[in-house]
Amino acid sequence: MRIGQISTLSLAVLLSACGNDPDVTQYGAEPTLPAQHRGLLPSMKIADPAVWGKARPIVPAGYTVTAIATDLLVPRQTLVLPNGDILVAEGKGGGDAPKQRPKDIIASFIKAKGTTSVKGGNRLTLLRDSDGDGVYEGRTVFAEHLNAPYGLALANGSLYVANQDTLVRFAYQSRQIRASGPPVKVTDLPSAINHHWTKSLAASPDGRFLYVGIGSNSNITERGMAAEVDRAQVWQIDAQTGAHRPFATGIRNPTALAIQPGLGQLWAVVNERDELGPNLVPDYLTSVRDGAFYGWPYSYYGQTVDPRVRPQNPERVAAAIRPDYALGAHVAALGVAFSAPVMGAKFGDGVFVGEHGSWNRDTPSGYKVVFVPFRGGRPTGTPVDFVTGFMGADGKTRGRPVGVTLDPRGAIIVADDLSNTLWRVTPTRAAQRVASR
Amino acid sequence: MVPPFLGALLSDVAYADAYQIQWLNFASWLIVGGMVFCGLTLLCAAIDLLRRDRRTNDVVGYFVLVLATFVLGFLNALEHAKDAWATMPGGLIVSVVVAVLALASTWVGFSKFRAGAVA
Repeated sequence: MRIGQISTLSLAVLLSACGNDPDVTQYGAEPTLPAQHRGLLPSMKIADPAVWGKARPIVPAGYTVTAIATDLLVPRQTLVLPNGDILVAEGKGGGDAPKQRPKDIIASFIKAKGTTSVKGGNRLTLLRDSDGDGVYEGRTVFAEHLNAPYGLALANGSLYVANQDTLVRFAYQSRQIRASGPPVKVTDLPSAINHHWTKSLAASPDGRFLYVGIGSNSNITERGMAAEVDRAQVWQIDAQTGAHRPFATGIRNPTALAIQPGLGQLWAVVNERDELGPNLVPDYLTSVRDGAFYGWPYSYYGQTVDPRVRPQNPERVAAAIRPDYALGAHVAALGVAFSAPVMGAKFGDGVFVGEHGSWNRDTPSGYKVVFVPFRGGRPTGTPVDFVTGFMGADGKTRGRPVGVTLDPRGAIIVADDLSNTLWRVTPTRAAQRVASR
Repeated sequence: MVPPFLGALLSDVAYADAYQIQWLNFASWLIVGGMVFCGLTLLCAAIDLLRRDRRTNDVVGYFVLVLATFVLGFLNALEHAKDAWATMPGGLIVSVVVAVLALASTWVGFSKFRAGAVA
């Protein structure tokens, strides 16, 4: 009888948290922001991993996808070097974040089912395609013994790597296949707890400044405000001295940064807060303005107050600005890259966004690479699917996209940290002809 | 089960007053502790209930009371799994109810069934 009662209760509780996730317009500058809602249990739909086998990601007609590296040790972000070599940052951080509540233990156990069981490599792998046939036959370990490396940038002959605790640099010369020595520390990065551990990275066009995205130390301050010092910020770091200042604040989890070609403007994709319902809060793509406050934790999308934060701060809420472009709730955008005309007419002007995929939603969102078209240097319209098929029609998940990078010779490199594969998507010749017309 | 459930209630009060998240962490774990003892109590009450020779109205009433404590205690654990102030005021209210139920169960348990008195 006891067990019967309990299971009836759990079922009722589960049902209260479930239900359909009605599709709402959540793309663009003016996303629909429904009322906040959370059942007794947060909605959780975790990826059910499967191997690719003969299956492949799906790309638009006129494009080809190939796996250029497999069996990587949790690839996250990539960097295409001037000679065409590809560097892959491999690692898995955040393991030291304490389990403060019973919930943390249960939630991390459940979420781990949707990720790879491979141990992070803490290294950079270099891939080389010597003859330009699209097969990367050369593979070396460029550097190892790093600490969950994530963000990568090359500027003024230095290769910068954002570990989960430090920003470091290697001297880099063209065609190098292995670092010539241990890395030099540029500066320490905030790493206590590291609830959101990824440190995204971009270099200013002149190489003077480095921008590092630092995620919040909680979903919504449930680890206390003291844990949030220097978190949910984008730092501007002087490449020479290592001195830093907060460039943007209240930016919950800026998981990837990119510089807009020609304009030099910094852009970010940002993961917003969970447990407010299936359609809250949309993750976003935004130009990052110097000195801007993006609301976290007090509010989202400008002035919509989050009641879970105490004490509240109406002054900060009033100062919060709206991001530029909503990508949809819970898609977990982890990669962003500006395109170029070489990618074909339809995908030539805009950004590619890698979406790792949701957990806090009954109907999964994300699990694909989308293209956000730009016009006049600004995002416009709705995102277009570019690479899909990571979550199959059978409900199994074969891959989860993270970093996306443009190879200026005409390819998009997609890191997949579930199948530990690097995918390369290229326009076929017909599409390239269209582009060059 | 009274001390942990009462401790959870007091921790909730402290969080509601000071906004210090650590009180909420204390409350979450105290509820887990309370649930362990509540589960053992429920097991004993269920055994009494199943023994036909001992099934009196008191036994049935006691079982229902402990069951109510257990169910609401579980509900309280879920309420406390919300983030930060999302636990309030629901968590505090359920904590009050659970503490009262735990106290009532314990009271009934000790007053109605003295060890050795029921032969």
